[in-house]
Amino acid sequence: MTKSNEMTIVEAARVLRAKELTVRELWDACAIAAYARNPELHAFLEIFEADDAAITAAQERIKREGEAAPILCGIPLAIKDNILIEGKIASAASKMLEQYRAAYDATVIKKLKEAGALFLGRTNMDEFAMGSSTEHSAFGPTKNPHDTARVPGGSSGGSAAAVAAHLCIAALGSDTGGSVRQPAALTGIVGLKPTYGDISRCGLIALGSSLDQIGPLAKTTVDARILYEAIRGTDALDATTIPDGLYEAREVPEHLRIGVPRHLLEEGIDADVRAAFDTTLEKLTRAGHEIVKVKLPTSSHALAAYYIIMPAEASTNLARFDGMRYGHAAHPPAGGLLDDYIESRTEGFGKETLRRILLGTFVLSAGYIDAYYRKADAARAVLRREYENAFKSCDVIAFPTTPSPAFAFGEKSDPVAMYLEDIFTVSANLTGMPAISVPMGMVEREGKRLPVGIHFTAPHQTEDALFTIGRIVEDSR
Amino acid sequence: MATIEEVKKLAALARIKIGEAELEKFTSEFDTILAYVGQLEFLQLPASSSQPSTLRNVMRKDEEPHAGGEYTQKLVEQFPQREGDALSVKQIIFHD
Repeated sequence: MTKSNEMTIVEAARVLRAKELTVRELWDACAIAAYARNPELHAFLEIFEADDAAITAAQERIKREGEAAPILCGIPLAIKDNILIEGKIASAASKMLEQYRAAYDATVIKKLKEAGALFLGRTNMDEFAMGSSTEHSAFGPTKNPHDTARVPGGSSGGSAAAVAAHLCIAALGSDTGGSVRQPAALTGIVGLKPTYGDISRCGLIALGSSLDQIGPLAKTTVDARILYEAIRGTDALDATTIPDGLYEAREVPEHLRIGVPRHLLEEGIDADVRAAFDTTLEKLTRAGHEIVKVKLPTSSHALAAYYIIMPAEASTNLARFDGMRYGHAAHPPAGGLLDDYIESRTEGFGKETLRRILLGTFVLSAGYIDAYYRKADAARAVLRREYENAFKSCDVIAFPTTPSPAFAFGEKSDPVAMYLEDIFTVSANLTGMPAISVPMGMVEREGKRLPVGIHFTAPHQTEDALFTIGRIVEDSR
Repeated sequence: MATIEEVKKLAALARIKIGEAELEKFTSEFDTILAYVGQLEFLQLPASSSQPSTLRNVMRKDEEPHAGGEYTQKLVEQFPQREGDALSVKQIIFHD
């Protein structure tokens, strides 16, 4: 039998119901793996004590309800440190919130608790989800389980590493520009960014409110779907959540039409990543799916637009941290109230956060808002229409999730080099469309085999197409 | 090109302080980022791109409040400085 911490949600749920394993044994297997490997990987900022009451309740519920018990009942999950769990610290990997204890559950946590899921710990991330490597965490980076000299991607790098190293069964992350999909690709697991509004953001520490979406990181596409279905739905506490059927329903055909924007793939992608992508497409063609050429001309400007809109929203969201009501507070004795604000913020925020606050302040300032923010917003609308047009001739759009496999620590010290990690993933956040990253093979760097991912985008509320193509890719490997 | 003075001004607007030692590095990084995002200037958008927004406000009825005091203790515990259940801050209004 597979070691229980190495199981998928589906496998673990089956053995729990078959009484081959108890909830306690499953918890212990994950907790032991997490304690054993966390000193090396630093995937968790905190591993929680076992919640005996929750473990007992889950066990009894499985016994009582059997197959009818929610599939997540008794399953240990890892949660990104920017999602609130009542009574637990939620620091967003920032000194600013190092001691902040959540006063309430995020809606997704409420839903998972109702389903009987267990929380193994809170995972490391880039501070306030700003980054693509976890190197911006105030508490030190997470290591990639495939090669500990390399980053796991980010910002949900702790969640990705925890799943990939089997320290938990599955995890939640958040995705503002690729923060679920990019680390999933770099650690060889599945990551989903759902349609904007599909999942409540209530209790998610905000980065870019028009872009943020919570998403699952899982060992298989089926697992990602299970988590996604457990946490989705409208919420009175998040007015941007959307009802089912808001967008036109689309059938997912047996043979999919896969749009490929060749014009975006001509340069900047490592040769072996490109080869893995082409091989995956060939396999899909042989399996009867059709490759369709699509054009998304504004895509080449998507990253620039993103790095205007996101900092604008981030600087606005982060204005709430002022050392008054909660979070890091400095009270220089000589100064006044303004000095309290400035000192608290300067001490509490890390460098990348300060950079984005400055950038956001700049693009929103009176002299520049038209040239930067409004232009970016207009480009965003055009990009969305290009995608909508492209989806008239295809069911999903494919590209590699990242241009390269996991990079070494310190390799991308230039901010723009780091931003380029998101080049393929940001479009789904700008358009609000759902997207998934699925493993598409391995490439070799310095004697280490590193995973890479294939990325699919689908029209709004057509996650079904992503789960279908995800399974097809998994089955073809 | 951003100048050190401009970065200082932005920092002041954003209620943060960039140390003298780091100002130069921040300014040059800021320039690099602006040069990258500045490529949008050359993006030609179709005239129809300024369509009215399809966004609409979502309102809900102001009802079903939670029980008074339900969260008070949890929130008060987060206060950096307090007097009883009151949040303590520096003097804001001066009379001189």
